[in-house]
Amino acid sequence: MGEVIVITSGKGGVGKTTTTANIGTALALAGKKVVLIDADIGLRNLDVVMGLENRIVYDLVDAVEGVCRLKQALIRDKRFEGLYLLPAAQTRDKNAVSPAQMQKLCEELKEHFDFILIDSPAGIEQGFKNAIAGADKAIVVTVPEVSAVRDADRIIGLLAANELIEPKLIVNRLRMDMVKRGDMMNIEDTIDILGVDLLGVVPDDENIIVSSNRGEPVVTEERSLAGQAYRNISQRLLGKEVPLINMETEDTFMEKLRRLFSGKNNKRY
Amino acid sequence: MLDFFKFLGKEQNKSKDVAKERLKLVLIHDRANISPKFLDMVKGDIIKVISNYMEIDESGFDIRLSRIEHEDDNYTSALIANIPIKRMKNIGKNNG
Repeated sequence: MGEVIVITSGKGGVGKTTTTANIGTALALAGKKVVLIDADIGLRNLDVVMGLENRIVYDLVDAVEGVCRLKQALIRDKRFEGLYLLPAAQTRDKNAVSPAQMQKLCEELKEHFDFILIDSPAGIEQGFKNAIAGADKAIVVTVPEVSAVRDADRIIGLLAANELIEPKLIVNRLRMDMVKRGDMMNIEDTIDILGVDLLGVVPDDENIIVSSNRGEPVVTEERSLAGQAYRNISQRLLGKEVPLINMETEDTFMEKLRRLFSGKNNKRY
Repeated sequence: MLDFFKFLGKEQNKSKDVAKERLKLVLIHDRANISPKFLDMVKGDIIKVISNYMEIDESGFDIRLSRIEHEDDNYTSALIANIPIKRMKNIGKNNG
C-alpha cells in the first residue's frame, strides 16, 4: 500500500513543482515506485520541469472521466526506473474534477505505487481542495519571506481542518548570506512562527533554473547544493535520519580572507 | 565614526526581526480569524456597556489581541484591553 503526499504552499512561486519533481526523482533513484500527479489543472507545469512535455497523450481529467484507462495516462520516465507522471489537463479548469474523484484516483494508485506525490496548485480554492482530498500526509513549502510564511500558516490551518495534521515544512530558497546579515529569517525563526516540524531546507541555488531549463531534476546534479538538500529530504521521507545541512557554520579567518579576495560566496551548507 | 554607529544600530534593527515581529502579530489575527475592523466593533460594544457604569477615557482605550506563551511552548490567544477610568458613575454602588 503506497503513501499519498500532497505538496502545497498557499502562495504561488515558492517552489512546489520543483520540490515535487525533485523529491519524486530522488525517491525513484532510491528504488521506490513513484507517481507524480500534477493537480494544477489549467496551468500545468510539472511536465516541463520534468522534461516530459512532449510525451503527453492523455491527462488527469481524461483518466478521471474515463476517456482512457488510468494506466494510459501515466507517462513513464525512461531516465528513472519506477518514476511516472500523471499530467494535468491544460484546457480545462479546477472544477473538472471533484475531491471524491481525486480520492478514488489516489486509492487506485496506492495499489501500484510506493509514493504518490501530488503537486498542489497555489491558492485555497477548489484546486487545493482537490489536491488534498486523497492525501495521507502533507508537505508545506515556504520561502523565508513574510508573504509566503503567512500563507503557509493559513495552509497549515486548512490542512488541520481537513484532518491532515502535522504537516512537514520545507524552507526553500534560503540565502545564507542574507541570513548572516540578519536580512532573512533563519530556520529557527520560521519554525518558531509556524510551529510545525521541519522536513528540510533547500538553499537558493542557480542550478535549479539551469535544471528546469533542461528539463532535468536537480537531484541528479551531484555537486548542486539544492540537489543534495532534496536527496536528504527524500531520505528522511524513507525514514532515515539525515542531519540538516549545517547552516550556521562560522567562517574561519582563512575562509573570510579567501572570500574577500575571490569575491565569491562559496559557502558550504 | 558614523559608520561605526550605523553598524551598532543595525544590530538592533535587523530586517528579519522586523519581519518576524510583524508576522507574529498578523498571524494572531489570521489564526483567530479576526480583522482590525472586527476589533473596532468589539471596542465599540465594550465602550457602550462600560459607559453605563463609569466614565472612561475613550482616547486612551487600548484593545488588542495578543498571545500568551505557556510553559509547554504552546500559545493561546488573549484579548487584552486597557481602559482608563475618568470617574465612576453613581449607579450600582452599595449605598447601604
